[in-house]
Amino acid sequence: MPGTERVSPADVRRVAELSNLELTADEESRMRRDLNAILDYVAQLGELDTAQVEPMAQVSEVLASPGDASSEKVSVLRDDEVRPCLNREQVMASAPETDGVFFKVPKVIER
Amino acid sequence: MSTTATAASIDGIREAIQKGETTAAAVTEIYGSRIAGEDPRIHAFLSVDREYALAQAARIDRIAAKGEPLPKLAGVPFGIKDVLTLEGFAATAGSKILEGYRAPYTATAVRRLAAAGAVFLGKLNCDEFAMGSSNENSAYGPVYNPHALDRVPGGSSGGSAAAVAAGMAVATLGTDTGGSIRQPASFCGVVGVLPTYGRVSRYGLIAFASSLDRIGPLAANVRDAATVLGVIAGHDVMDATSSPLPVPDYTAALDRSVKGMKLGVPAEYFAEGLDDEVRAAIEAGIEKLRAAGAEIRPISLPHTRYAIPTYYVIATAEASSNLARFDGVRYGLRAPQSDTLAAMYRRTRDLGFGAEVKRRILLGTYVLSHGYYDAYYRKAQQVRRLLTEDFLRAFREVDAILTPTAPTPAFKIGEKSDDPVAMYLADIYTVTASLAGICGVSAPCGKSRAGLPIGMQILGRHFDEATIFRVGQAVESL
Repeated sequence: MPGTERVSPADVRRVAELSNLELTADEESRMRRDLNAILDYVAQLGELDTAQVEPMAQVSEVLASPGDASSEKVSVLRDDEVRPCLNREQVMASAPETDGVFFKVPKVIER
Repeated sequence: MSTTATAASIDGIREAIQKGETTAAAVTEIYGSRIAGEDPRIHAFLSVDREYALAQAARIDRIAAKGEPLPKLAGVPFGIKDVLTLEGFAATAGSKILEGYRAPYTATAVRRLAAAGAVFLGKLNCDEFAMGSSNENSAYGPVYNPHALDRVPGGSSGGSAAAVAAGMAVATLGTDTGGSIRQPASFCGVVGVLPTYGRVSRYGLIAFASSLDRIGPLAANVRDAATVLGVIAGHDVMDATSSPLPVPDYTAALDRSVKGMKLGVPAEYFAEGLDDEVRAAIEAGIEKLRAAGAEIRPISLPHTRYAIPTYYVIATAEASSNLARFDGVRYGLRAPQSDTLAAMYRRTRDLGFGAEVKRRILLGTYVLSHGYYDAYYRKAQQVRRLLTEDFLRAFREVDAILTPTAPTPAFKIGEKSDDPVAMYLADIYTVTASLAGICGVSAPCGKSRAGLPIGMQILGRHFDEATIFRVGQAVESL
């Protein structure tokens, strides 16, 4: 439905809040314009009748067809055993604020 | 400056070092000085570490001095797209939000290159979080196309393509989520490979859209690209989606004739919106393949026009989830002086992310949000299956599919940067293979009258890279 606004200013503020993004008033109106333009373009998917089509989330879903060399379903779960992990000192070296053991963050709960 | 890629090949470099005609250190210095000379104008590199490269080269020279056989990529100068990690080095993903981050581990593909003797010259510029088709979304400034400095190199692996085109690296790693290796390869006149989903481990790739993201090589010729893929491909316990299928020798059948091969040409890729000069170049390439003995068959991939909307729903949905991790807690940037955790998250993300990344996070969050999930996200996943079935049906009739890589040659810097839908349409011929998980390669196929490179895209069945390399080699030698 070109011409009608799919995304309102309130919608933009709502998704910005859900995404933990802070938008200036300028950014907000620019984003609303762009999201509407993109969603108008996306609307053409509505032309297709997909009632009988299974959603596809992963490429591996379509590889399991008969005759395909990769069709054997194998478990990809690894054995549950302890393995070496990243070096804490190196990981913490990239943290904005740390006591060397934990990540430090601003206050979470007001008391 | 010579804008064509250099003559040095992977095998040529290794053999010259093995025979003592040169050293890895000398090769490293040559490429280091090319970067110093050319890159101020092209801006393909975000960081260069001469000492590190020379240390890698010295290891190769010690092996050569002992007369021991050199590994496959010995002494070959590489650049790595800055969305891939190398332990101890920055990995900015072209974003301010990762400023100051040093990776504590190395990506599997990068580790395999190093084990094969590659020399890393530096990390390469790209669109922020690999989101873009022009490299104009890098927080560190754009890359300029070596063939025309007022034009974009394509994106998001613009630095990876431009570095090869300007002779500043023999090969590079890029990543491709919707066309980000193939489209810049086309714009810069180099070879770019989209391996089958699962062929190369994604461990150590900063995620954009996990069901689509792939790592692949860019190089000056098909043989070098095939050699690099052979090194980085294969199963990896660190990526549950990586395939256990054995990796063939991709260079073995490279020179076999295309005689008798069935090559499909889909009408939908030659419709409205295709630049006349690109059409003429690709059609001429197809005619030469026919003359070389290939059987050219018209085919139809009927859902093609739905690929861009499908892609932008799925890719942004996955991105909105993947990029939630950048919150100022564990790495990179943190906005100063926030009183609460919630304010710190918001201000860090506001400061750290550029406009296109915010746009995609907002769009992805919207299509996943309550009330819209079925209409957008589920719908797009259903159309993804239809698009994939188009290819599976076509590959029962043909061995590979020939298309233009991009609808136009490289466009001007700034030309599309204010219109997201126009920019997204630059990926119209590449997103289909991304959604279907099949493999593809872009190989140079002529130039426009203005001298801008044009790429032919060759698409192949899942895990049938050997076939597309063979066709690519034939296109290269036309």
